[in-house]
Amino acid sequence: MSSLALSGSADTLAPRPRPRLTAWQVWGLLLIAPYLLVFLLFVVYPVGYGFWLARHPASYAQLLEDPIFKGAVVNTLIFLLVGINVKMLLALLLSGFFTHQRRWIRWLSVLFILPWAVPSIPTILSVRFMLNPEWGVVNQLVFRLTGDDGPNWLNDPGLALGFAIAVHIWKSLPFWTLILLAGRLSISNDLYEAASVDGASPLQKFMYVTWPSMRTLYVTCTLLSMIWTLGDFNSVYLLTGGGPADLTHVLATLGIRYLRLDQVDLSMAAVVCAMPLVLPLVWFLMGRLSK
Amino acid sequence: MSTTAAATPTRTLAAGRPSRSRKQWLREIGPDAKLLLIGIPVAIWTLLPIYHLFLFAISPKQDAFSGQLFPTNPTLNNFRIVFGEKHYFLSHFWQQLTNSVVIALATGVITLVIATAAAFAISRLRVRGGRTVMNLALFTYFIPAAFLAVPMYKTMGAYGLLNSRWALIMAMVTIASPYAIWVLKQASDKLPLELDEAAIMDGASPLQLFRLVYIPLMLPSLVAIGIYAVLLAWNEYLFAFLLLSGDTQVTLPVALGNFLAADDSPWELLMATGLIYALPPAAIYYVFKRYMVGGLTAGAVKS
Repeated sequence: MSSLALSGSADTLAPRPRPRLTAWQVWGLLLIAPYLLVFLLFVVYPVGYGFWLARHPASYAQLLEDPIFKGAVVNTLIFLLVGINVKMLLALLLSGFFTHQRRWIRWLSVLFILPWAVPSIPTILSVRFMLNPEWGVVNQLVFRLTGDDGPNWLNDPGLALGFAIAVHIWKSLPFWTLILLAGRLSISNDLYEAASVDGASPLQKFMYVTWPSMRTLYVTCTLLSMIWTLGDFNSVYLLTGGGPADLTHVLATLGIRYLRLDQVDLSMAAVVCAMPLVLPLVWFLMGRLSK
Repeated sequence: MSTTAAATPTRTLAAGRPSRSRKQWLREIGPDAKLLLIGIPVAIWTLLPIYHLFLFAISPKQDAFSGQLFPTNPTLNNFRIVFGEKHYFLSHFWQQLTNSVVIALATGVITLVIATAAAFAISRLRVRGGRTVMNLALFTYFIPAAFLAVPMYKTMGAYGLLNSRWALIMAMVTIASPYAIWVLKQASDKLPLELDEAAIMDGASPLQLFRLVYIPLMLPSLVAIGIYAVLLAWNEYLFAFLLLSGDTQVTLPVALGNFLAADDSPWELLMATGLIYALPPAAIYYVFKRYMVGGLTAGAVKS
């Protein structure tokens, strides 16, 4: 990192730094003010308002009696546990696949990024129609191959949640693969060559060269992904709408459901219930990333 | 995909000496065959929903609903209906598309201005409290977006901004700028300090330093961040559907979501519209790929 603070270097350069120093500080404050304004108006106020709405103990009692809330908590935990681990493991493996220097792999990596680059709504709706019990291509194929009607995929809470997780993985896998790929590419090639000379197998190279260098990045990515997965509204809402019978809600969609039912207090209380999980993550990530 | 995959072994063969034996050739493509075992499922997994979207968009309704795997009667008729606004679900297509464009561009510009100024002040001017501001921004970055949605909706109501484009623009700026500031600060920390010192020796004011030294050097990161913010706003569904209402106010994703409420939704038109909406981000991404990947992943790898 840079060893000298800018104002400090101005000090050593000019014998009369005082007026300049303040001018620089004034400009600094002026330039930082727009973001501070946005932060106050659109972060501090809403967050404060949210906590204020969530202040009634009665809301929490009501939440705990609501079976949909309990279901949503369980679904959220399943979504996080399965979704994140599968996604990050796949991303770790695929990042190794994409390090291979082949022309067709370069082409594939170009296509591979599409799910992340395009908006969620068209692609999730496309998946939704594929799974349509009568007209969707999946059940038409099932009928053609077996002569039986396929299941009503999105009408089964377990299957529907599974597909929502799959959609989430489909959408965010490219991004994490890219990040982990960048991590892999920053490992010096000399280490691999030295390992080859010592006769290391590919697995040993992974265990003793790749993983030790990637571990920190992998953990940071997993935790960051956890926060974003908690906030993933689209994968569930656009695929299942929380249905059937509100059985596939996660915390992200539940808040909107309560808002629609005009129960904003409950909506905010549900978010506050997630804080014991979110705040340690935020604290940890702040430590990792604010250098 | 299959054509490029098939091209590799022939290329390897052509590159080798003609006397190369069959066994050697097999050894050459052996590792590639293993890679294909991964590559082909990855390609299918990635492209399936997109191919289905495309197939639907270019098929007449009865074909699309018959579970076809390949376009039997490709047609552009769906696009004609969409562009001509000839279905009551699509009667404001152009207006909604314009809303999306305006909101995305405004978000990009405002985010860039705010984030560049903040990153310059924190990283180059070393403004007092800059570190705190950076931490506040990072904190915002770590709030799950869906958790902020309801309070944001109430806040916009309190400010009287609901149903105005500004509500969505400012919400998107709020979400985009923390990451923007963080990436720009990381990038500007890497610029050599000697440049600033030289400029100061020549008597440059902070604004001149900003305009003549900082902006030109930061251009690649600025492009990446501008595109990041534009795409974030273009792709947004949740905040758009909460903060905007009314057929002439909403962005196109919200209009697409409204299709779902009806039983007799014209899915082939929905898919055609969706395909149209997905094309600009894909195109922008590919044109600026070099900037995007480098600019957006650089910060993450450091940790």
